Amino acid sequence: MADSILQVENLVKSYGDVQAVRGVSFSVDEGEVFGLLGPNGAGKTSTIEILEGLRDLDSGRVSVCGLDPQRESQALKHEIGAALQSTSLPDKLRVMEALRLFSSFYKRRRNPEELLKRFGLEEKRNTFYSQLSGGQKQRLALAMALVNDPKVLFFDEPTAGLDPQVRREIYDIIEELKREKKTIVMTTHYIEEAERLCDRVAIVDHGKVVALGTPRELKTRSGGTTRIEVRLAKPEAGGALKNLEGVADARELDGAYVIHSHRPPKTIVDLVKHLEAGGNELISLEIASPSLEDVFIEMTGRRLRD
Amino acid sequence: MRNFATLTRMRIQLTLRNKMFLFFSVIMPFGFFFLYSGVFAKGQPEVVRFFLGPVVSLTVMGSFWGLSAALVMFREQGILRRFHVTPVTPSDMLASSIVANFVLALPTVLIEFFFARTVFHVTNFGDLLATFVLVSVGTVSFASLGLVVASVTNTMQETQVINQLLWLPLIFLSGATFPLAFLPKIVQNVSLFLPATYLVQGLRRAIFESAPIWDRNVLISLGSLVCWAALTFFLSAQLFRWEPEVKVRRNAKLLVVATAIPFLLLGLWENKFGNIPAQAQSAFDSLNGPQKSAPPPADSPK
Repeated sequence: MADSILQVENLVKSYGDVQAVRGVSFSVDEGEVFGLLGPNGAGKTSTIEILEGLRDLDSGRVSVCGLDPQRESQALKHEIGAALQSTSLPDKLRVMEALRLFSSFYKRRRNPEELLKRFGLEEKRNTFYSQLSGGQKQRLALAMALVNDPKVLFFDEPTAGLDPQVRREIYDIIEELKREKKTIVMTTHYIEEAERLCDRVAIVDHGKVVALGTPRELKTRSGGTTRIEVRLAKPEAGGALKNLEGVADARELDGAYVIHSHRPPKTIVDLVKHLEAGGNELISLEIASPSLEDVFIEMTGRRLRD
Repeated sequence: MRNFATLTRMRIQLTLRNKMFLFFSVIMPFGFFFLYSGVFAKGQPEVVRFFLGPVVSLTVMGSFWGLSAALVMFREQGILRRFHVTPVTPSDMLASSIVANFVLALPTVLIEFFFARTVFHVTNFGDLLATFVLVSVGTVSFASLGLVVASVTNTMQETQVINQLLWLPLIFLSGATFPLAFLPKIVQNVSLFLPATYLVQGLRRAIFESAPIWDRNVLISLGSLVCWAALTFFLSAQLFRWEPEVKVRRNAKLLVVATAIPFLLLGLWENKFGNIPAQAQSAFDSLNGPQKSAPPPADSPK
């Protein structure tokens, strides 16, 4: 706790009747990449925007770099960098102008030329913002988050809406920042992203943290079981599948059945026998080692993807 | 202060790259200028000089269109959000809008004077200091009006509707299109409640009647517009919203009504004790007098 640079305690935020954040707590250490993983509408963006000082909180305590984002937002804004969701720049602003303009707002500054080079935007320096591709816009957004050499970076869904190749580009950039020991708080609803980039992950659902730990911890918490997902010709009572050999848990999910097993070979043999006896048929079968998605399903009973 | 300066520079750059700007800030004002000077004034220098006040007023008042639209667009597209996460303050954002607008409007006004001089041979432009101060104060106060419009509307459509509703009375009831002397008595009474009237009549007084800055009615124009600019700027900073999904507060529209108070009081006062319509009448008459009896003076030197 001694070197945590960011603390959130019992954070609550409502919009009218809707409670978006209901008692979220976590803390982030210096040099850590911390992820908030959850479906759209889970309260991730609200949480991160309160940390950035963009929104006021209803109750709870929040501290970033030792500052209160609500009362000391001006001082805080010099210490943080952010790539926001659903934001834009003026169409007719050129890439280099944007970097220069935004760096002019800060006391501490990084050389915009160096950022341009590092984010592969040198050739685009005089291009209007409106003429950049989605990936280039996002690279510029990340570069702009670094203009003040911030102590804490906030990335809200940094790869949402980008195609897989561009997404990997962004991952490389974030991994490089991670190697530089930058403190990053990011939100995502991509499992892969959280597993690959984050040192620790808080799984958020309906405004609450349902699980928190390193990706590895979270996965072993799901019991070290193997995930077997099957589709069947006829519906089967969930309870019957739970009684198969080696099964830790079985539940129905979007018309398929997800079975967590300690001993997959035995379970599969038993499953096939059980189905034959009941005149049912196996349509498809997938076996995977557990992922954060399983943790999410286990905690919430739903899939992450909407 | 530095944020304000760099933002102002950005706004000027962006506006110059915008085609809409070309239309509203260049083509439209010069269209008015040549319509008034060439058609209404038939190119007679003294009449052109009379109409210079209204023409310059239209250029100055036009500020609020572009400003409100630009700010609402910035908010709707999430551009303001990006600035919100930096140390930029609402005052930086608003003041830079106003100053950028001023820097861009001033050349248009200067070119109008230049054309009046070269194309229509107007030699006497009245009191230049009073004119310059009125143009500056007018540009700032109408720009602030634009900022208030931006802060009490949620969408671009709403903004445009409000702009239309404001624009029409401002140009038709103030003497900017039809000279005040032309309007019925009752409309003259109403016009004394409008900020635009004080700009148009103040400018006429300075340009056509060469009134200095300490002239009673020039001072009234300046004083009322300065108060109004301060009030509207303060209000727009209070109601400023960075986020598109944050809607305007309910009491905001009431607060806007409060900005009308200075002109409500001034209108009552001027209706009772002032002489603005009378002055406008005699300025108008002086134009018709010599014009009817002596079109020759304009031509006779030849």
